[in-house]
Amino acid sequence: MALADLSDGELVRRMRGGDEAAWGAFVERYSRYVYAIATRAYRLREHDAEDVFQEVFARTHAHLGSLRNDDAVKPWIGQLTRRLCVDRHRSSVREEPEGKFDLAAADDELERLDEALAVRDALATLSPDCREVLDRFFCRDESYRQIGDALGIPNGTIASRISRCLAGLRATYEGSKPAPLPSGDHDD
Amino acid sequence: MTDDATPEERLAALLALLPPAPQAWVGAAAQLPAARAQIDTIVERAEHDVAYRARLVADLEQALAAEGIEPTPGLVRELTRRLSAE
Repeated sequence: MALADLSDGELVRRMRGGDEAAWGAFVERYSRYVYAIATRAYRLREHDAEDVFQEVFARTHAHLGSLRNDDAVKPWIGQLTRRLCVDRHRSSVREEPEGKFDLAAADDELERLDEALAVRDALATLSPDCREVLDRFFCRDESYRQIGDALGIPNGTIASRISRCLAGLRATYEGSKPAPLPSGDHDD
Repeated sequence: MTDDATPEERLAALLALLPPAPQAWVGAAAQLPAARAQIDTIVERAEHDVAYRARLVADLEQALAAEGIEPTPGLVRELTRRLSAE
């Protein structure tokens, strides 16, 4: 089984055993989540976001031996990132009191990022072709032309691939949740 | 997103919330286990060698370079944290 397909718990157990490839897969799995919490939810400046990003993974690596539940590493890393971001904002407020940040709004955004991560988990179960085309279009903001050039497929087929893959993602995601995803139900 | 967004549109919007982190950040974090062994060695030596520690504190990047160790941002960041914590 590929490292990317392992559960969090199995990945953590391998990391604890010194498996550097497992660590690389773990960083790859959570890098977007940590990055989004720091830059999107808590809107840290790039330098601060990078510090938080590296600190999260440094602390995670340092605490591998003391995690209470290997399978619950996702909420652990989410809360660690949140705490480090909040600390950054508190330091900033001490330096620039007028720059107070709305932490409650950030916590709301964090809930959306948790849902986004669940969608990415569903994405990971799709075919490599679908993963690639959806990631390039929605996450990397690539044009049809860029995607066509990168994947060697005609530009004219990309819209239909995206549509077909999104339908597959919906089926997978809804199948992984207890209730279906109703149209128009969102928290914007 | 509008109230009448389809489930697919909603999923697409959620996907867009998680763009890739900068590759350099991801690469530095992925190198952490290898860097940590190097960091442990340096910190242990600094605990026993006052002159070495003084060189590290005075100019970390230069002290590392003088020892033939590449002062990558991740190594410098973690060493700074460890040395200041002691």
